[in-house]
Amino acid sequence: MSALLALDAVSAGYGSFRALFDVSLEVAQGQAVGVIGPNGAGKTTLMRVISGLLPLRGGAMTLDGRAVGGLAAHRMVEQGIAHVPENRRLFPRLTVEDNLRIGAFIPQARKHFAGQLARVYELFPRLKERRDQAAGTLSGGEQQMCAIGRALMSRPKILLMDEPSAGLAPLVVAQVFELVRRIRAEGLTVLIVEQNVQQVLDVVDRAYLLEVGSIRLAGSAAELKGNDFIRKAYMGL
Amino acid sequence: MQGWADGMDIYLLEAVINGILLGGVLALLALGLNLIFGVIDVVWIAYADLVMCGMYVIFWLYADLGWPLPLACLAAIVGVAALGVLVHLLIIAPILGSAPINQLLATGGLLFFLQNFATLLFGTDFRNIGVRLPIIELGDIYVSSARLLAFAMALVGAVALWLFLRRTYIGTAIRAIAQDRDIVGLMGVDQRHVYLVTSAIGGALAGLAACLLALQYDVHPFVGNTFGPLIFMICVLGGLGDMIGGFVAAFIISQIISIGGYYASTELSYVLAFTLFIVLMFVRPRGILVR
Repeated sequence: MSALLALDAVSAGYGSFRALFDVSLEVAQGQAVGVIGPNGAGKTTLMRVISGLLPLRGGAMTLDGRAVGGLAAHRMVEQGIAHVPENRRLFPRLTVEDNLRIGAFIPQARKHFAGQLARVYELFPRLKERRDQAAGTLSGGEQQMCAIGRALMSRPKILLMDEPSAGLAPLVVAQVFELVRRIRAEGLTVLIVEQNVQQVLDVVDRAYLLEVGSIRLAGSAAELKGNDFIRKAYMGL
Repeated sequence: MQGWADGMDIYLLEAVINGILLGGVLALLALGLNLIFGVIDVVWIAYADLVMCGMYVIFWLYADLGWPLPLACLAAIVGVAALGVLVHLLIIAPILGSAPINQLLATGGLLFFLQNFATLLFGTDFRNIGVRLPIIELGDIYVSSARLLAFAMALVGAVALWLFLRRTYIGTAIRAIAQDRDIVGLMGVDQRHVYLVTSAIGGALAGLAACLLALQYDVHPFVGNTFGPLIFMICVLGGLGDMIGGFVAAFIISQIISIGGYYASTELSYVLAFTLFIVLMFVRPRGILVR
């Protein structure tokens, strides 16, 4: 099967600082892929490059066989990439439903707004109960639902999730990974970045280990779970 | 005559009513300025001078060229909206990332440019479009129908803006960008597009205000100076970028000016309004409605 999303020797950075060095990775249609690694490894930078928030400095990127490297963020959404940013970044004073509405901003998503909204509410019934509430008043777990729902509203081909469990209480973290499972069950392709190695390896098919801006290891979730280095350095086993 | 307002000070009541009517147009302008500030994060120092441009458009098309008044007003709204887009493209967009003081200086420079350009074109004479709308008698109270119309149209403009911001995708994007501008790209929103639409709306509101003011006041190149500082004071009082706060503050300030003008003099009422402004800046520096 050819990859839905493929990065080939991508590099990127901020000013004179280089954060990613020749990163290559592939996500196949319908797969869930994880990127794990320590703080400062470049995981968030990787997500920002894929969604167009940060320009590509070198390398190539294809989505569904089309070259998309270097497009601005709003064009990437049109291509089918949706990014759930770190710390959720909801619009706090907009209602839940307005947050979802703006997720459907691109023309091809507006046409399907009502149907997609019903789908998101079916996936996260709690959001329907809170639809008229300001998003800033939601609990952490509910905010993560809203952020994922907002991304789904654009009807993406692939969903990027940047540290969905960050800043949440342990009980809520378990709920968030449950959300990821539910999205996977919908057949959506997911690329997820996490520090929570143990739990993310339970929900993905394959994973990459990113260290100081380079891919250090790649393999199936089972392989990485059995890898001595990962067990020692990232799972405390 | 035994009127319904018997026992009340009729002139005071008249002053209150006039204050409310004056507040409508000020509130409209405060909405425009707050919208620009909230979304683009730039203060259009020359905002009142865009209104002046609109008043000249009406004067020129209606009094000089003999266009029908509604058509001249429409042209002023569209024209000032286009001017708003030009201001953004030529002055704001190139310096969006620079220090706020540079942006203030740039739009401040625009103020002098517009005032002197108008002087060049029309001279410094006070011009009037020469439309005299009747005075309405309500019992013992006299109300100018030009002011009543201005108030009604200002409310219509405010409600139209509110509906636009609530009911459309681009309106939702405008509200969202004011809350988190770095992330809207991930929603498929092109910031530059939102800024242009916002500038056009800000201009259109100034154009509408020009229509309403042209019915009541003479136009001259420096007419913006008479209400420009007032609008800024209102916006700061309401909390810069807070559209509801600015709306409320407009009516507070207009009451002070109107009632103060009745008890003392117009000049003193302005002193009063600015004194209150300074006091409130100490008490509620982030705006009257901030909790």
